Amino acid sequence: MINKIMTADEAVAGVQDGMTIMVGGFLATGSPEILMDALVRKGVKHLTVIANDGGLDIGQYGARTARGVGKLLENHMVDHIIASHLGVNPKLNEQFAEGTLKYTLVPQGTLAEKIRAANYGLGGVITPTGVGTPMEFEKDELGRDKITMEIDGVKYLVERPLKADYAFIRASVCDKFGNFMCAKATKNFNYVMAGAADKVIVATEELVEIGSGDPDKFTVAGVLVDGIVEGEKKWQI
Amino acid sequence: MADIKERIARRTAKELRDGELVNLGIGLPTMVGSFVPEDIIITLHSENGFAGLDSVPEPGEEDVDIINSGGQYVTVLPRVNYFDTATSFGIVRGGHVDVTVLGAMQVAENGDLANWIIPGKKVAGMGGAMDLVVGAREVIIAMTHTQKGNHKILKECTLPLTAEKCVDMIITEMAVMKVTDKGIEVIELHPDFTKEEVQEATGCELIWSPDLKPYQED
Repeated sequence: MINKIMTADEAVAGVQDGMTIMVGGFLATGSPEILMDALVRKGVKHLTVIANDGGLDIGQYGARTARGVGKLLENHMVDHIIASHLGVNPKLNEQFAEGTLKYTLVPQGTLAEKIRAANYGLGGVITPTGVGTPMEFEKDELGRDKITMEIDGVKYLVERPLKADYAFIRASVCDKFGNFMCAKATKNFNYVMAGAADKVIVATEELVEIGSGDPDKFTVAGVLVDGIVEGEKKWQI
Repeated sequence: MADIKERIARRTAKELRDGELVNLGIGLPTMVGSFVPEDIIITLHSENGFAGLDSVPEPGEEDVDIINSGGQYVTVLPRVNYFDTATSFGIVRGGHVDVTVLGAMQVAENGDLANWIIPGKKVAGMGGAMDLVVGAREVIIAMTHTQKGNHKILKECTLPLTAEKCVDMIITEMAVMKVTDKGIEVIELHPDFTKEEVQEATGCELIWSPDLKPYQED
């Protein structure tokens, strides 16, 4: 059987300048910190990042270091961020003002569905969210016009799939095949992103043997996972 | 000002019904949760990933895996269920959230809402607001009637919209208003204000309910 267990540095070795990556987490709760640290060590640049938000800057919510996507922003590794909320980490607006970072805003539910569409092989999703707002009139993340359609008298936006080269995910418990679960409110985008990228890397707090527990507790199928890295730690407040 | 916000939050809490699934926005709307009568059992939805939000933990008792959508550590009820973002917003768009309470920068007389961006100012983003106001069965705007005297309730919004024709009710320190096909109808007036003062503070022509009642306070 293929060994999916690797170090964080091995897991990010294939990430090249200019690639598109997805990062799980919501304001850094459920973000894969050891993979972000490895990307910083690798020093890759000009990334497009798909995430809910820009993570946290040092000092925010008691963070002793930047967290989640905040680590990439702190090191000026991101050229374009595709997210639903950009108001928390101040590095974002600093870099927008400097002109070094571009952003595309996507409503949170639509962002999840665009990623899910890529994961599940759909041509897009049809949603009422954003009709009559800049989401309808502004271009999408790749500069394309939005498509609208009317079904039974109701207007919708057609939102295209959103795929990445890499998805970086955090699990609470993962087995050595890649079956995993995320505790409590750390699920957020971690479950949605698994499968929506060419390479899916899971960083886990706890790594267990195959068959050592109840298979029903693993929500996400290991067949979607390409790499497993052990060593995530609970955030110490 | 604190008194005014509490008045709005207390009045808004009276709109919630037993058994409802409710999403409260950040800021004043969050205060609404503290004033729900004891005999009304609602379930609070936190769009980052669960239904069954309870309260704020004691210092040192935080669970680092449980935050609300504002990033604060929170506690949950025994009936909590956690889910991923796709499920969370499926619950929202699917009409399973009975009520969402949000603030606003502008509301138009046809129910258009603007509450997420001021062009040229700091970029924040809509987060889950666009999905919530489209998907929730009832959208209540809980806000101060004006922004330091500037009108927020208008004939038409001038800021980019969050959604079209989505607002059902507006609750301010002055009045309780319903959005109808004909415009904004005042159904309760606070005794501190006259009809003329409320109209003066509003950027569109108000309709006065033939059954106008005093603002419900405890």
